[in-house]
Amino acid sequence: MIKLFERRRRITVQRIKKKKSPFIYKAYSKKPKHTWLKKRKVAERRFKAAGYIAILISSLFLLSLVWNVFSSGRSAFTETQIKLPITFEAELVEQEAYRKIVQNALMEIFPEVKTRKEKRALFVLTSRNAPYELKNLVEENPELVGTKKEIWVLASSAVSVFYRQRLLEESKRIGNINGTQAAWITQLAQSKNMRLDFNFAFFTNGDSREAEQAGVLVSTIGSFMTILICILLAFPLGVATAIYLEEFAPKNWFTDFIEININNLAAVPSIIFGLLGLSIYLNFFGMPRSSSLVGGMVLALLILPVIVISTRNALQAVPQSIRFAAAALGATPTQVVFHHTLIYALPGIMTGVILSIARAFGETAPLLMIGMVAFIADIPKSFTDPATTLPVQVYLWANNPELGFVEKTAAAIMVLLGFMILMNLLAIYVRRRYEIKW
Amino acid sequence: MSAQKKSVKSDTNLSDNIRMKTQALIVFYNEEQALFDVSLDIYNNKVTALIGPSGCGKSTFMRCLNRMNDYVEGCRITGKVRLDGFNIYKDNVDTILLRQKVGMVFQKPNPFPKSIYENVAYGPKIHKLTSNREELDALVEKTLKRVGLWDEVADRLSAPGTSLSGGQQQRLCIARAIATEPEVILMDEPCSALDPIATARIEELIAELEQRYTIVIITHSMQQAERVSDYTAFFHMGRIIESGNTEKIFNDPEHQKTKDYIGGKFG
Repeated sequence: MIKLFERRRRITVQRIKKKKSPFIYKAYSKKPKHTWLKKRKVAERRFKAAGYIAILISSLFLLSLVWNVFSSGRSAFTETQIKLPITFEAELVEQEAYRKIVQNALMEIFPEVKTRKEKRALFVLTSRNAPYELKNLVEENPELVGTKKEIWVLASSAVSVFYRQRLLEESKRIGNINGTQAAWITQLAQSKNMRLDFNFAFFTNGDSREAEQAGVLVSTIGSFMTILICILLAFPLGVATAIYLEEFAPKNWFTDFIEININNLAAVPSIIFGLLGLSIYLNFFGMPRSSSLVGGMVLALLILPVIVISTRNALQAVPQSIRFAAAALGATPTQVVFHHTLIYALPGIMTGVILSIARAFGETAPLLMIGMVAFIADIPKSFTDPATTLPVQVYLWANNPELGFVEKTAAAIMVLLGFMILMNLLAIYVRRRYEIKW
Repeated sequence: MSAQKKSVKSDTNLSDNIRMKTQALIVFYNEEQALFDVSLDIYNNKVTALIGPSGCGKSTFMRCLNRMNDYVEGCRITGKVRLDGFNIYKDNVDTILLRQKVGMVFQKPNPFPKSIYENVAYGPKIHKLTSNREELDALVEKTLKRVGLWDEVADRLSAPGTSLSGGQQQRLCIARAIATEPEVILMDEPCSALDPIATARIEELIAELEQRYTIVIITHSMQQAERVSDYTAFFHMGRIIESGNTEKIFNDPEHQKTKDYIGGKFG
């Protein structure tokens, strides 16, 4: 640009020189300052910088969120275990008094504990689930009866939190661990009778009152069952609506009215859909409360307008000339749609559907309204059984004041985010792989 | 079409060499009149060129010939369009069979984003013109050979039609149109998006196709109209000002407007 300007200036100067008009020559020979050009370039740079700053700020927010979740959730993937010298006395096994067996083992390590109060403090070091672990072990290996063996048993979540924190910082009181207990834990740790192990239970268990036992399997399965119902309802219904509105419906005030209302529905707060589900599905039709069936139906209502809108956009992106080409060959309107328009719009439709399903996956509020906040410890056997979903599980655990649940909450969020990222990656892949460029 | 042929009584005696005929064709788009009383004969196995300035109703006229105007909202048509003597705007005429008989090629090449094979095979498939895969393969090959595309694409029939060059795409679109064995082919400025070499190739093709098909072509190029067509109709403001033998129109036009348009005074 400057070069061009410069050349024109020089040409003008030469032309004036030839005419030998000193006055004009002088005026032109002054090199003009390209202030306007500079201004434009500065504006360009300013805009670019604003963009960089915006990206920087948003990625900082994202980073702090991820870091926060990760740092507090990381510990939920390990569990603390205590090594106990367990004596499987035949008499106690017979009575199924495994609690007593664990208590005896604890007493063996800490023989100085005598008073009732101290004993109670000692016995809560192991998880309430530890006796059941032993029971399972004996049932699998009956030859253990009458022998003595050192076994790693699960510690309680309070011990776990203290132990892990103590690894980081010496002599800090954490949670509801008192001084005596802290001394015991330190003693156990120093004698290498405590260890961290990978927490398989987190991925194989359902919800539990004991933080060290709580897992995400049940809520994950509940989530997938709910989403399955949601897809089965919303996908065919939404795509069919969009096809009708876009390809077949006459353009009149009625279809305009429908279109406006679909756009409005997409903007309705999700809790309203929960209320709708509560009053229609539960109260009017009397469907089972807190089931994945009703949850899926409510979420289907929620994402239906989004699917309709994204499908219509994808259909609109198919050029009119393709429809004409097919029609001119003698294809019926239905053939035009199902042989051409829909096929070519499918990548766009799939992207929209996957993204709206990701949204439904993370939805909590409407599910609270239809009673999916229940404490569910068992895998739902059918779509009408009470179920819970991952985001609701996060909500439940986040409300729990016990320290052990803080890390569980963060860990569940990590699992949830993991699924979200997977779904978004899938959407990007589908778009990149199958997109048709016109 | 045959069922309709039987049911509709032939009420006019067209001479054998007239394939299509429009009579007092009037087209409205909503309140705006696009065609005024247009009557034109389209002769069998000849190329008829429609020329005229933009917005003069050429495309509207062409879309009337295979009822593509049905897709235009607010379009009302009165008058008659006859194909082999039968009014195609009668209620009992099936537009699907009509469009099999009257194929169309568009201004911008618009192959389906499917394979080259699928592009050509689509028409025969939906009209069930072939009964098995071998016949379909043979038909695709024959059609592609007819448009001179076979040698260029024989080894990549499964490549997407959109991967071809502009000229090849347009020839593919012509192949797609003639694969349904039409009687008439409508071409709406088939060369306007193409370079001169591709244009020459298409013009050659039109000359070859003329042996078998009746062709109606819209063009903005006077030279092209002169080169490829046997008959020419000059449209202006929704009316046919002059129509007849191409040589006559270009060398000895009767109307001043025709003379001015051909001479490049407006357009």
